[in-house]
Amino acid sequence: MRIVVGHLYPDYLNIYADRGNIAVLAERARVRGHELDVRAIGMHDDVPEVDLFYVGGGQDREQALVAEDLAGKAEVLHAAVADGAAVLAVCGGYQLLGRSYRDLSGAELPGVGLLPLRTVAGKRRMIGDVLLDCAWAGETLAGFENHAGRTSLEAGAEPLGRVVSGFGNDGESGYEGCRAGRVYGTYLHGPLLPRNPWFADRLLMEALAHAGVEVELTPLADELEHAAHTVSAARARARGGR
Amino acid sequence: MRLPIPLALEAAALRSAGALSRIAGRGGGTTLPGKLLWKLDPGAIELLARRLERGSVLVSATNGKTTTSAMVAEILRPSVRVAHNASGANLVSGVASTLLERNGAELGLFEVDEAALPEVVRRVRPRALLLGNLFRDQLDRYGELEIVAARWCEAVASLPETCLVLNGDDPQIGNLARPGALVFGLDDPRQARPALQHAADSTHCVRCGTPYDYAAAYVGHLGDYRCPSCGHARPPLALAARDIELNGLDGAAFTLATPAGDTHVELTLPGLYNVYNALAAAALALALEVPLDGITAGLHRFAAVFGRFERIAVGDRRLLMLLIKNPAGANEAVRTLVEGAAPRVAVVALNDAIADGRDVSWIWDVDFEPLLAGLESLVATGTRAAELALRFAYGGLARERIEVVPSLEQALDRGLELTPAGGELTLLPTYTAMLALRKVVADRGHVANYWVTAP
Ligand SMILES: [Zn+2]
Repeated sequence: MRIVVGHLYPDYLNIYADRGNIAVLAERARVRGHELDVRAIGMHDDVPEVDLFYVGGGQDREQALVAEDLAGKAEVLHAAVADGAAVLAVCGGYQLLGRSYRDLSGAELPGVGLLPLRTVAGKRRMIGDVLLDCAWAGETLAGFENHAGRTSLEAGAEPLGRVVSGFGNDGESGYEGCRAGRVYGTYLHGPLLPRNPWFADRLLMEALAHAGVEVELTPLADELEHAAHTVSAARARARGGR
Repeated sequence: MRLPIPLALEAAALRSAGALSRIAGRGGGTTLPGKLLWKLDPGAIELLARRLERGSVLVSATNGKTTTSAMVAEILRPSVRVAHNASGANLVSGVASTLLERNGAELGLFEVDEAALPEVVRRVRPRALLLGNLFRDQLDRYGELEIVAARWCEAVASLPETCLVLNGDDPQIGNLARPGALVFGLDDPRQARPALQHAADSTHCVRCGTPYDYAAAYVGHLGDYRCPSCGHARPPLALAARDIELNGLDGAAFTLATPAGDTHVELTLPGLYNVYNALAAAALALALEVPLDGITAGLHRFAAVFGRFERIAVGDRRLLMLLIKNPAGANEAVRTLVEGAAPRVAVVALNDAIADGRDVSWIWDVDFEPLLAGLESLVATGTRAAELALRFAYGGLARERIEVVPSLEQALDRGLELTPAGGELTLLPTYTAMLALRKVVADRGHVANYWVTAP
């Protein structure tokens, strides 16, 4: 099966090894007999029919450059998600998927509104290893965060996970990320997917479902993946609470 | 806290602190006295700097600052007594330590950490400032590139009298040019890359945000750029490297074009990034009024700085060590290796101590792929060995060719075992892994520890 991935603004939002996440999706699809067709969606580009969208992180400047263009794509993105397309947004991309982003000067960037949250830039950067408990999936996520933005979820919004160690969305709430149906946003770069293969497979299954096949993916040995997860999780635990 | 200790007494006491820590084997004692001085009396650094009769020059860059300043030191060696932080201690404390140990030096030559530059500039007030490049490096420590660039801009503005020596090929640095600045860059489109590398950083106009058009892209985002929208472009070059010849791992040569005439430069160091380093060193030396033949002779004498590119004989095998620390630098190490003889066995070491960067995501932005074709065995080592192994596995290296050996010493031995007699083992370590591997090799008697051999 061919899985179409729409990579939004790869020339602008790519700071935290976002291509590592894409490489993991491509390889894990390939060994199961599927093919990942990754298409760059840049400034002023039309949005094609896509099974999985990916939005990465950028520096403040790049983020501001793409924000308006992305907001202009909001309608077609909402329609794609309503149709069952999956979305993974990391760091800056996560912030832009919310309702708005307010920078230090007080200026407000428009968001896409796919996730029920708002972000306000802060002075202190929240940096370090993170471990999340994702009880909804019976799994954990290990990664690295580096953000000055403080994200607050609206009442009733589902976080991606509970913070075991690290800062998370705002350094206070004890939650990290957000999920709404097949839309996932997180500050964890890491990159996220190499050391959290269950999450990569979940995204692939959801993308495949959108492409028209409901399948369970054959499990892989994932020895290196688990070893990397263990080290990353241990780093986060050693750091302790926030 | 300011203690009224006479400076000479203070300096003597602090020097012995350095000697003590060296004897105790605590990492060479290269910064302890400086740290003490910095704590006791930060103003003393200014006082010590002012005693250098020919003033000070600073060298900063994400990549190549150690090599570049060592080249400048070699160029100056026959004619000037220089205080140089050769061991790479490049924070304020390292500069302070070097000033304390100056022993009759006339000129201060300091490589300076990108983030520490504003503070060192405030204390030292350099007569010349060389800015080489800005790449993304350790985002967890330095923050975003734009923030470092903005701080550099302020630092430069605070030095109206200082001679600026700037790499015009970097848009962020070319943008700092002002009348009287000495701007250098490459002028040889044959050496350009067909496309911008993945890890290219400053590819959008620093003034208006439009993507630059590149007539030539050399290393990362360094090249001959022009903004199609507002016209911001590489400033005119006062110094250029032309007719560049890269001779694999054996060295490089180029024509150095300067306002004082053209000359031929031969380097024993490989790779385009070392052409940049040599060009930068030549520009700074020219700003210090060294004649052209003194510059070419110094560059010719120069041998690699520890670990950054080093061959060490170990019994009947050889080690080839290249430091990797960020995507742009690692890409050039890979390019240099592949243009020489691509390795069949490699030990790649990823540590995540503070000096390496706690955030190891950068390895996913390195173009390691050109290495994979010829690679029979990869030993992944260091504190994040498994993560590194994943990078190569998802890059396309078959998992059965990858061994994960977290202990650096065991990984080195395994690499040597896999290397045939008479062969060469390639080591690509991050900073603290490089120091540790070098210590293992030194403890076995193959090479001296760096603070003993540093000039
Ligand atoms: Zn422009």
